[in-house]
Amino acid sequence: MTELLLFNVTNGLIIGAFYVLMALGLSLILNLSGVINFAHGGFLALGGYIAFTMQPFIGFWGALLLAPVLVAVLGLLLERTMIRRLYGRDPLYSLLLTFGLAFILQDFTRYVWGANGLPFTVPAFLAAPISDQLFFVTWYRLFMVAVVAIAVGGLFLFLRYTRTGVRIRAGTLDLETVSVLGVNVGGLRAYNFALGIFLAGLAGVLASGQLSLVPNMGDSLLMPSFVAIIVGGVGSLPGTLLGGLLIGLASGLVTLFWPSAADAVIYVIMAIVLLLRPRGLLGEEGMLG
Amino acid sequence: MAPAARMRLLKLAVIWVVLLTAPYWSAPIGGYPALCSRVVILGMAAMAFNLLLGFTGIMSFGHAAFFGLGAYGAGLALKFATSSTILAIIAGVLLGTIAGALLGALVVRRRGVYFAMVTIAFGQIFYFIAFRWNTLTGGDDGLRGFARQPVGIGRWLLDIQHNDILFYDFVLVVLAVVAGLMGLLLQSPFGRTLLAIRENERRARFLGIAVDLHIWLAFVASCLFVACAGALYACLNNFADPTLFNYNMSGTIVIMAVLGGFRAFWGPMLGAAVFVVMQDYLSSMMQNWMWAVGLIFMAVVLFFPRGILGVLRRRASA
Amino acid sequence: MKGPRLPSRRSLIKGSAAIGAIGALQLASPFIISARGEVPLRIGMIDPLSGSYAAVARSEVEGAKLGVAEVNAKGGILGRQVELLVEDSANDVGTGVQKAHKLFERDHVDVLFGDVNSAIALALAQVSSAAGKLHIVTGGHTDGITGKDCHWNVFRVCNTTYMDADAVTQVLVDKLGKKWFFLTPDYAYGHTLQAAFVKLLTKLGGTYEAALAPIGTNDYSAYLIKARASGAKVLIDLMGGGDQVVSIKQFTQFGLNKQMALGGALFELESIQALPANARTGWWTMEWYWNQPGVPHVAEFVANIRKGTGKTASARHWFGYVAVRSVQLAAERAKSVDGVKMARAMEGMTLPPDVALMPGTFGYRAGDHQLMSSVMVGEARNPPPGDNPDDLFKVTALVPGEKAALPVDESGCTLRYPA
Repeated sequence: MTELLLFNVTNGLIIGAFYVLMALGLSLILNLSGVINFAHGGFLALGGYIAFTMQPFIGFWGALLLAPVLVAVLGLLLERTMIRRLYGRDPLYSLLLTFGLAFILQDFTRYVWGANGLPFTVPAFLAAPISDQLFFVTWYRLFMVAVVAIAVGGLFLFLRYTRTGVRIRAGTLDLETVSVLGVNVGGLRAYNFALGIFLAGLAGVLASGQLSLVPNMGDSLLMPSFVAIIVGGVGSLPGTLLGGLLIGLASGLVTLFWPSAADAVIYVIMAIVLLLRPRGLLGEEGMLG
Repeated sequence: MAPAARMRLLKLAVIWVVLLTAPYWSAPIGGYPALCSRVVILGMAAMAFNLLLGFTGIMSFGHAAFFGLGAYGAGLALKFATSSTILAIIAGVLLGTIAGALLGALVVRRRGVYFAMVTIAFGQIFYFIAFRWNTLTGGDDGLRGFARQPVGIGRWLLDIQHNDILFYDFVLVVLAVVAGLMGLLLQSPFGRTLLAIRENERRARFLGIAVDLHIWLAFVASCLFVACAGALYACLNNFADPTLFNYNMSGTIVIMAVLGGFRAFWGPMLGAAVFVVMQDYLSSMMQNWMWAVGLIFMAVVLFFPRGILGVLRRRASA
Repeated sequence: MKGPRLPSRRSLIKGSAAIGAIGALQLASPFIISARGEVPLRIGMIDPLSGSYAAVARSEVEGAKLGVAEVNAKGGILGRQVELLVEDSANDVGTGVQKAHKLFERDHVDVLFGDVNSAIALALAQVSSAAGKLHIVTGGHTDGITGKDCHWNVFRVCNTTYMDADAVTQVLVDKLGKKWFFLTPDYAYGHTLQAAFVKLLTKLGGTYEAALAPIGTNDYSAYLIKARASGAKVLIDLMGGGDQVVSIKQFTQFGLNKQMALGGALFELESIQALPANARTGWWTMEWYWNQPGVPHVAEFVANIRKGTGKTASARHWFGYVAVRSVQLAAERAKSVDGVKMARAMEGMTLPPDVALMPGTFGYRAGDHQLMSSVMVGEARNPPPGDNPDDLFKVTALVPGEKAALPVDESGCTLRYPA
């Protein structure tokens, strides 16, 4: 029993780490631009597919680095041409736009790569357990957690110590002042959007090693990421981090006792948080409504 | 009668004549009764949703939850409890309204993006309940084994079960009731208060209006009417399944309202007609049709943010 | 449907003169004005072309299209050209039912095909039986379609889940032993399938443990841990489609393939293709397989599919093809495209070799309308370099459908033709 408990805790954190990666990207975009990016799952799948296509030429490692960059470039393009026009308008519009974009990305992926799942392969040494005892911890899972840790650590360092990072954070708190101070808000938002999409692409490559690479693979990952943001508190990146880990852990634990409630539990947590602490665990009152 | 009032009456008459004759004039151009019913039912849902978006200024992205509850409520009632279609619809409405009242209380103090985010998750809650509670809801296979029943009025028995056009007429009767109630609601002092909140919430608050309470009441009313549409939808298909709760359903409701024009009472109905017919047409024309629907979403946002009626009105006043 | 069907359907319309007049207008819609002989025979096909089942659904449509092209090239059905109207159910019951109404009410199709999704197939059956038209379920596997929810007008090409379970059980026991662990999707279909397996396994003296995993699970480690802890010799993976792919992928990554054998019921070509090379293992059933050396007409069919689509034919292509050819055979037997007459003609009708495309003689069973095709049992394989990369399965046994299926009186099906 202890062993099972230990396992489920570890496992929950691994899943949570993955949600974090997805949710941080969403959160970045939401915080600075007020856009709920419904197309995040579409970008995620695209990351996986691009990596699949590039893998024979530049190997897994090259694809892991390059695929998210390409997805981010696409994200940047879309931001510059369309999403940019919606800043400052009712969030309704950006939501509908990304909603439509999600359809288009999914259909595009299906059109280009086909509807059937594709066999994405990870390097053999990663796709193996670390020991016979701990067979459920594969090197790949550890690797995923490491990548997420590096990405999250890098992101927080970036936001803290670089000029752009500080501006993004400041913009989240008070965009008007930042703008008055002479910062190019448009550029900042574009940069920030691309960063968020980069994280989605990265999550996509990582997920492809574990899940089935299909055009709608992002669908089932999108909602838990939304919940992670709500639980952590809209507007707070550390909150998103906490929220992601928390719901991962909770669903891991519930799987042990009551598997069929594993998905539902995260919504129960959300409801409880909303009841007791409406702004989310680390959210601040007044931010983004 | 004042010209404005006469104009309004005329418009109303035109709308109802178009609706009443729809199964007949739409047939030669590729329509069919079930499509007409679908348009009116989804349009009703979009109009109900629009109580919030258009007339209170609140953006909910989780109305699939209450639409689905209405459907399941009606379906379960028909399957286990009653052979009266009308009672079943009432059951669906009750289920959706109660859930709306409870969940509405959770989010009523949130605004903007936050409100939208939280309501998105609402649909998922019921999705999982419907999905997992196999014994009651049929799980992923959906709720089956019920059928809408003929409706008796006095000594008349209307066979809405087998006659698709009679069912369509039945849907229109319900629409008349729902639209009438919504119209009265919006004309009432309560409706005026909602408009005040939409225009300037802070001022409304300073005027001593219990803003949160009003938003909550509007939310509940909206859920009530959406649930009614959901109940009819279950009767249309003789079926309910978990995808009703999917956020795609919520998105569809929102886009229909925006496409038609959410500042107008009947705008969402127009949007539903255009959207449903277009989707029906596109998905028959090609295998990869989702991108085209996606393009509709984007085109509306980028080029017609006020919807079709918004464009027409601007034309008219220009 | 509840209650007796009221006879007053038409008379109610005539109840009011005005409505009656409009009813006449309805009949004058442009689709039924020309004489019957000139009108093409219309087959409506509803399948989830978008959503999770898109890949297999599209294969079915491709197969049906090939069937239609062949039939038309040889003069059509009863002298009428065949027209296939394909509609997307988007893997959503409401959409599927609406499309069925569209096909019947507006397009006046004579026959309906579909759906891959069993829930939608069952909902479509309600509509098609009320419309009085022949309906062939191409790829929905739930037992109920030709079991307790059967209809007089509904026939099924693909197997019941029970047939797949029955056919593979003996092989699994012989090859892999009697100590099983089930990984079962937690909904009606999964429960039925597991129950079927359990019944067969316990008859052979086997023991089992099981874990129920929700559909759409992304992480199977918790269940796989239980599987290993149980000490079972074989993991029976009953998850469907994408879930099966994910669970087998993780099973392999955990190195469990070195400790446990793998098996189950269906493992479709489309699913094996989606797995990395080292995960293509285990003992399964196929409902039809393209590589059948020496069986007449098969190579030709495979070549035609490849010519039309560039793909290797899968069982789904065969389903669509068989459905179209069955309509042809039934119509010619009945000398009519009337729903009741064709349904009667199809009962007990055997498929000729160029339709069956597998050894043996079989047809649609009269009692429940289930096609009694043989179940192919075998092992998933990873083709060595130089082999056809789609040769992913090795058929080792062919179990006749009659042997694998439940007898009609146990299927729960009672057919009631309209009076």
